[in-house]
Amino acid sequence: MADISNLTRIASQVRRDILRQTHFCASGHPGGSLGCTEYFVALYFEVMDYKKGTFTMEGKNEDLFFLSNGHISPVWYSVLARSGFFPVVELSTFRHINSRLQGHPATHEHLPGIRTASGSLGQGISVALGAALEKRLDGDDKIIWCLTGDGELQEGQIWEAALFGAHQKVDNLIVTVDWNGQQIDGPTKEVMALGDLQAKWEAFGWEVTVLEKGNDMAAVVETMQAVKGKTGKGKPQVILMKTAMGKGVDFMEGTHHWHGKAPNAEQLENALGQLEETLGDYPYNPNYHAQHA
Amino acid sequence: MHNTLEINTMLDKYQSTGKKATRDGFGAGLHEIGKRNDQVVALCADLIGSLKMDDFIADFPERFFQCGISEANMIGVASGLASCGKIPYTGTFANFSTGRVYDQIRQSIAYAGKNVKICASHAGLTLGEDGATHQILEDIGLMKMLPGMVVINPCDYNQTKAATIAIAQHKGPVYLRFGRPSWPVFIPENMPFEIGKAIVLSEGADVSIFATGHLVWKAVEATQILEEQGISVELINIHTIKPLDEAAVLKSVAKTGAVVSAEEHNRFGGLGDSIAQTLVANHPCPMEYVAVNDSFGESGTPDQLLEKYGLNTESIVAAAKRAMARKG
Repeated sequence: MADISNLTRIASQVRRDILRQTHFCASGHPGGSLGCTEYFVALYFEVMDYKKGTFTMEGKNEDLFFLSNGHISPVWYSVLARSGFFPVVELSTFRHINSRLQGHPATHEHLPGIRTASGSLGQGISVALGAALEKRLDGDDKIIWCLTGDGELQEGQIWEAALFGAHQKVDNLIVTVDWNGQQIDGPTKEVMALGDLQAKWEAFGWEVTVLEKGNDMAAVVETMQAVKGKTGKGKPQVILMKTAMGKGVDFMEGTHHWHGKAPNAEQLENALGQLEETLGDYPYNPNYHAQHA
Repeated sequence: MHNTLEINTMLDKYQSTGKKATRDGFGAGLHEIGKRNDQVVALCADLIGSLKMDDFIADFPERFFQCGISEANMIGVASGLASCGKIPYTGTFANFSTGRVYDQIRQSIAYAGKNVKICASHAGLTLGEDGATHQILEDIGLMKMLPGMVVINPCDYNQTKAATIAIAQHKGPVYLRFGRPSWPVFIPENMPFEIGKAIVLSEGADVSIFATGHLVWKAVEATQILEEQGISVELINIHTIKPLDEAAVLKSVAKTGAVVSAEEHNRFGGLGDSIAQTLVANHPCPMEYVAVNDSFGESGTPDQLLEKYGLNTESIVAAAKRAMARKG
């Protein structure tokens, strides 16, 4: 059984990391990162079957994760660091010059945990499908996890990938859609309505699970485990995960205004006051790379 | 200049032995590398017959992925396959292999450093009757601008087959460009293919002709005409546009001091520009481009199009004389 209270404590620290990372570089995307915190913590600390402490690009005999909406890098970097992929102090370098922690995730500086570049939207499911096919070819029974945004579903490539996944019966892949209903220019239903998402994915041949409480750790873990149990049966899986953008900070929650805006000093203090420091904040050291080069 | 008695005989070993399409060379090379390397997989976007992938698919059906008319997804899937260790070869027309999916290649293959081979048929004017929508003349430029991308444009069936096999050994993204028409086969079947290594087809002292793709054969014909007129031509086949064999270029121009580039591509962004950049920095000298002059193509037969757009044998002969006339 998952220790939900422990996962929740980790999530509180991850949210602090997200806010501090974006504050120190005065940029980045806190909104979607805060909304997906439960998903990432559940994935890396409970659900995903991966080899801790070793990272290989090929990732044989372990579950792999691909992020399609690369702008929510702060939550991913925090969870990777807190999982031991790299030192937590390195979070100091987020979006700074000479950093491995690029604004959007990248592989060229070989940051452990990152397997592709993302940022230009709509590409991640295709890449995850390729990885899933590779595992199938190799007789590797581990699975591929992939997260996309909901606004991102406006990209045509997503639906090319959806067709392909069903046609090729890629049943070792679990895509999760961060269904927060927000995008840069406003609510998704106003910018470009997505319609009946469940019906759309089902019509494309995917098995759909709706996760109503995407910011409830117990619900997130339970749903991810349940959907993991549905893999290997001839259909790709998608979780439509309802979340609140900016979750955990009262003045950020439920609005698109914090999609790509960092908190200033006063806002940071206010926000951190709402989140318990459970694992210890990383010491901010912007010269980390210069000292460890 | 030399008299006709001194015509060099190097080109004798590059005579046409018949005609085959470069895309057939790709199909044969893919089948061969499929047999040699079980990590090679292939993807296609509804153009199996055009890309000549049938033999690979027949022998390795589990290593082939039909992607339908969804090129963006195909590029992404190839990236994922490569990420986990496979060597994917994607196949579609050059237009749909580059311009249509530029951002997918840029982010998911080039920036992500994935070992994907983007194999593109029907490049250039010699696609013929389908017209300008399909005759991409900008693809070399698009692809060579991507950091880390190797760009190869082989000149005949044998070279395309050899290149298709050789690129599996290179770890990193490659753009392999070839074409539709039946074309003279003149490169010896057993000639090794080395990425980034130019091939001197004929040594000479008056003018250097650097040619790539289908126009290498036109340059062979042009060289024969020029030699008969007493002009000593150094003809060099640049099959790899990036990385460019700068040493071969500079060694040749040190002798000749006059240059012609010949390619089935827009004059902006292709082989000519790469050579010009090298010359400007190291050895400025007169240079003439044989390339499409910043326009789209149109319907017609390959020969009609090469003549109309100034890419035929006579164009190369004339360009060589212009370059020589400009020497100080």
